[in-house]
Amino acid sequence: MSVVVRLPSQLRSLVGGAGEIPVEATTVREAIWAVEEGHPGLAARVLDDQGSLRRFVNVFVADEDVRFLDGLDTLVAPGQTVSLVPAVAGG
Amino acid sequence: MSFATGLICRECGSTYAAEARYACDYCFGPLEVAYDLDAARGAVTRKSIQEGPASIWRYGDLLPDPGLEPVDLGAGWTPLRRATRLAEVLGVKELWLKDDTRNPTGSFKDRVVSVALSSARRLGFTTAACASTGNLATSVAAHAASIGWPSVSIIPADLEKSKIAMAAIFGGTVLGVEGNYDDVNRLCVELLGEHPDWAFANINLRSYYAEGSKTLAFEIAEQLGWRTPDQVIVPLASGSQFTKIAKGFQQFIDLELVDGTAPTLFGAQATGCSPIATAFTDGAEYITPQRPNTIARSLAIGNPADAPYVLDELRRGGGDCGSVADEEILECIELLARTEGIFAETAGGVTIASLRQLLERGSIDREKSIVAIISGHGLKTLDAVVETATVTATISPSLESAEAALSQHFLAAAS
Repeated sequence: MSVVVRLPSQLRSLVGGAGEIPVEATTVREAIWAVEEGHPGLAARVLDDQGSLRRFVNVFVADEDVRFLDGLDTLVAPGQTVSLVPAVAGG
Repeated sequence: MSFATGLICRECGSTYAAEARYACDYCFGPLEVAYDLDAARGAVTRKSIQEGPASIWRYGDLLPDPGLEPVDLGAGWTPLRRATRLAEVLGVKELWLKDDTRNPTGSFKDRVVSVALSSARRLGFTTAACASTGNLATSVAAHAASIGWPSVSIIPADLEKSKIAMAAIFGGTVLGVEGNYDDVNRLCVELLGEHPDWAFANINLRSYYAEGSKTLAFEIAEQLGWRTPDQVIVPLASGSQFTKIAKGFQQFIDLELVDGTAPTLFGAQATGCSPIATAFTDGAEYITPQRPNTIARSLAIGNPADAPYVLDELRRGGGDCGSVADEEILECIELLARTEGIFAETAGGVTIASLRQLLERGSIDREKSIVAIISGHGLKTLDAVVETATVTATISPSLESAEAALSQHFLAAAS
């Protein structure tokens, strides 16, 4: 089923300027790799060499930080939004 | 003139022009303002600084956008007070309080906002915005009002009433979010994507904003007679103030403006929001985000952006990080008020309580000089103390009634 990946401005040039990309995925990891499939280069920006989330990227599923959930294995229900958000903000 | 040269990524070293950019395009690392210190050495002198205004702008050469006319309500150059009575209670030799309650809107945030909006004006922005736990909202709204800009401040809806009023009085838009600060922060980053023409002080202007906190270090060193203190204790929210205080001392050392070496920095957190203290104690490289639950709302950031760098500095310098309960925070707000006549907000209680804890733990040396940052005024967090800080007794307007109450309370206490 389709979920939406919402991208920060820093990544929009990789996908032709769009802020939201609909993909087929059931976890956060699948969602990231699904975007990568259509738009090569995205995964390397978000994940480090070990395939873990980079330390200055936050990911939210339905407005919840996935670090409070199951990280990249967090389940994404149909229609939910996966937001990639730069961590360096605020304070 | 400013010796700033542009922006540099703290993670991967990529460089950028001095534009409204806060995260590295490649690795999302934080960007910070870079300076040509070789050119500044000899050009920025004790004398050139002393001839400047009694505000943060006396250090304009070491800030990004001093320009001809900074956005300035008079932030900074707050008193550094020797605290002999509190020192005696805590059993330390030399204690100083950097009294940042004395800023135009009552918190250190005026330093960072003055810098951020000055840069925002140079960059062509005309609307100010921020994600805030309260103090920043107040400062952004006030500085924006002073130059006729509209402002949008986004805060947790359940903040202290006094803080909300202080933010709202300046006439900007204040949105209360049903959620905590980390929710507010995430929302603002997404909002910025839709409103790139807004100057979010602590998001797209964050590289500039953060520089304002260096002035705490500059002032402390200058006010101590151009020397560095041995130890400084700093309240931790995002960790930005802490890392920039470290940067400020280092710049003064690099410019040969001060005697002494870089001080050991210590952090202060409330146990109800202590992700950095926890990671430090556990020896962890990364923090685990925490859902804040503390009266120290201004420090209630469960996912602090600069945590990796705070941890690095704590470990590099041999520092430590306090973690104190809400009861200790309230107790130390009183202790500070009753020994030194300074009414601090809850963050100040966190700093003093952490100082006490780290002295007891032996991390802070009692024989060496200590500076504690008191970052905001107690009027901002009245909610925390109104139940306990109240009239001693209620009496009728008669001498008899007054004397009866005095003999019971005041004279008894005085004897």
